[in-house]
Amino acid sequence: MYDLIAFVIFLTLGYVFGQLAEKKHYKSIREREGELRKIIAVNSRFPPHDGVQRAGLLVTGSVVISVDYFKRFLAGLRSLLGGRITSYETLLDRARREAILRMKAEARQLGADMVFNMKLETSSISKNARGKIGSVEVLAYGTALVPVKP
Amino acid sequence: MLVSNMEILPGKRISEHLGLVQGSTVRTKHLGRDLMAGLKNIFGGELKGYTELLQEAREEAVNRMVAQAEAVGANAVLNVRFSTSSVTAGAAELFAYGTAVILE
Repeated sequence: MYDLIAFVIFLTLGYVFGQLAEKKHYKSIREREGELRKIIAVNSRFPPHDGVQRAGLLVTGSVVISVDYFKRFLAGLRSLLGGRITSYETLLDRARREAILRMKAEARQLGADMVFNMKLETSSISKNARGKIGSVEVLAYGTALVPVKP
Repeated sequence: MLVSNMEILPGKRISEHLGLVQGSTVRTKHLGRDLMAGLKNIFGGELKGYTELLQEAREEAVNRMVAQAEAVGANAVLNVRFSTSSVTAGAAELFAYGTAVILE
């Protein structure tokens, strides 16, 4: 009985706070993406040939993000029926965009105008006893090209 | 020491290739952080403690890679890659590798 009560409480807490956190996060992601749009991040392996002298420096951005109790429960249900697990899709989407934003912010601090050879890496760090995803780490890294004044 | 994940750098010529250098570290988090992360698993959101931990560990891996590159007399590491793998429950290995070169 107590288990059931705890379960319902966790579910409600997860739903309320998870939804709030996700809305807030998406809002801040959209705002910062607007600010950092000028910095181009591409996965081309070779630098541009536009005659501008540039220096290259490694920049990284990473984030560890966790899914809430309610969404994990939904995902559990979904895996019985099969199909898209939207709750994990938004988790990964948020994590990737956040990591890219942090990388771009670092590039801007260095005075770079573009990031080349951008790579993304995802790994699930907390392996629960039940072997579910839980939380993921996303790392974005690339070479920031800083224009050199002659 | 110049560290970059591109194969060539604009305006620089590679005069010597010194081979692969690597650095790795295995880290685990202490109990307090684990407890906080357990709470966050209910509410959802960013696990700041883990983000910091992994960032520090990654810096450590890069530092070890750079130290190895210095030991072979390189002045730059190009084509750097990162990789993460969980060794056991609660411990992660962070690995950085790249090509040590001498730039003109």
